[in-house]
Amino acid sequence: MVENVDAREKPAASDRTLASRPAPVHTGIAPGERPVKIDVSNLSFYYGAKRALEGISIQLRANLVTALIGPSGCGKSTFLRTLNRMNDVIPGVRVDGSVRIGDRDIYGEGVDVVDLRRRIGMVFQKSNPFPKSIFDNVAYGVRLNHLASSRSELHRRIESSLRAAALWDEVKDRLNDSALALSGGQQQRLCIARALAIEPEVLLMDEPASALDPIATQRIEELIYQLKRTYTIVIVTHNMQQAARVSDVTAFFWLGRLVEADRTDAIFTNPREKLTEDYVTGRFG
Amino acid sequence: MNPAARRKLKSAIFVGCCMFSVLVALVPLAFILFFVVREGIQALNLDFFIRMPRPVGEPGGGMFNAIVGTLIIAGLGSLFAIPIGIMSGIYMAEYGGSRMSSTVRFAADTLNGVPSIVIGVFIYTIAVLPFRQFSALAGGLALGVMMIPIIARTTEELLLLVPGTMREGALALGATRARAVFSVVLPAALPGIVTGVVLALARIAGETAPLLFTAFGNRFFSTTLTQPIASLTVMVFTYAISPYPDWHRQAWAGALVLVSIVLVCSLLARIATRRLERMHGR
Repeated sequence: MVENVDAREKPAASDRTLASRPAPVHTGIAPGERPVKIDVSNLSFYYGAKRALEGISIQLRANLVTALIGPSGCGKSTFLRTLNRMNDVIPGVRVDGSVRIGDRDIYGEGVDVVDLRRRIGMVFQKSNPFPKSIFDNVAYGVRLNHLASSRSELHRRIESSLRAAALWDEVKDRLNDSALALSGGQQQRLCIARALAIEPEVLLMDEPASALDPIATQRIEELIYQLKRTYTIVIVTHNMQQAARVSDVTAFFWLGRLVEADRTDAIFTNPREKLTEDYVTGRFG
Repeated sequence: MNPAARRKLKSAIFVGCCMFSVLVALVPLAFILFFVVREGIQALNLDFFIRMPRPVGEPGGGMFNAIVGTLIIAGLGSLFAIPIGIMSGIYMAEYGGSRMSSTVRFAADTLNGVPSIVIGVFIYTIAVLPFRQFSALAGGLALGVMMIPIIARTTEELLLLVPGTMREGALALGATRARAVFSVVLPAALPGIVTGVVLALARIAGETAPLLFTAFGNRFFSTTLTQPIASLTVMVFTYAISPYPDWHRQAWAGALVLVSIVLVCSLLARIATRRLERMHGR
């Protein structure tokens, strides 16, 4: 712990832009060139008197996968949940700072949380299919938001969402079966399909594969790779190999602060902060 | 005796005590069932279900009016208690800020413990005295008041068993809080809630005291809600304390029908629960 103190005292990587570091040639991605999708500025978050996030500033860019890593309790899930105001359901929480999506601060006045959540999809750590049929699960958000004007349009949307979540071939003959009869991996892909069906702009994933076996995990990771062509993805993961595999940008959280956010290869091979290096090399956490 | 044998002996004694206690607990049930069936079966025939009571001294007749009356009063009670009970349960589980919901919870538990005769007297003062009229409505109201806390608490407990992730799942898809409750959480808890409602029904179907001053009873057939109405329980009570052996036999038959209703309700609740669970693929 002692050698980490210096790093901890340094300011968080709030003033750095991802573009400031020259892009290594081997990835072919220049995160800084993508448009900013979510602009988080000086965000602090409190559970009652306890501060869970402190002065987070980061720009999340379109059509990239941003991985949030860090030890348990570092605030990465809390941060993810501030992006669609999912923390609102917990009594006694408070938010400072701003989260701009498009040209609006989602914590500003007159923001419709329901509409915000329609635009920012979320997949949870534990798959949470509703006790309804596979079809009705995917149709839930579509019906709720009146996104399909006819029965055939609803069917089209459901098929395309299930295809996008790489689940269609496995369930097309039993759409009316209960979703709870699916395997764990299928359930999680169903939840992804359900989130995709309402065509969000951003997809937030909170450790989507942590409860799955390696094969199901691999399918989810392949899926993430496919999905980033269409969506901006933010994923929380405990698994650093996973962060390295699926993400373009990685943000390292520690004790409620954003220590460093940078291109994933830079974070894992040549981080700026000693603390990041210690974490990614497994010296703590 | 070596220690291992002593431990085994202690264990055997304990298990023996538990089994004995179970037997003692079951003896009253067995006796009740035995006597009710033995006595009731003799007076029970088709006439009992489809005929009206006969005047004293005339043999035969049945309790058709009381059976219909009980159905009407219990139906009124449910009509009144199911929506209020379920809504209160939802409030306690989903909305009540800590203090408010714990107050409501305490109030519900207290109401559940209020002796049924007190509820009868209360309804008498608010729904019978002002109109100078016993009525089926007042009876239904009394039974409804008794059902509300049972249904509310069952609903609350079952809603709290639904994982929070399911609520969040619905919210994350753009559902409002109420929509999430009604379209996802409530259906997930429905099998249990149905059981709770049926058990509440079984419980109040056997109540006599709250009906004595409300529905009162009626020797004649009536389906008018603003008139006194017969009920099985009050009829059994009246017949059982009468001096006529003929009426005593009928009272036993009535008791048998009541016990059967409770039994059938419990069985229905179990079947409904299993059906719904299978539908949900659990």
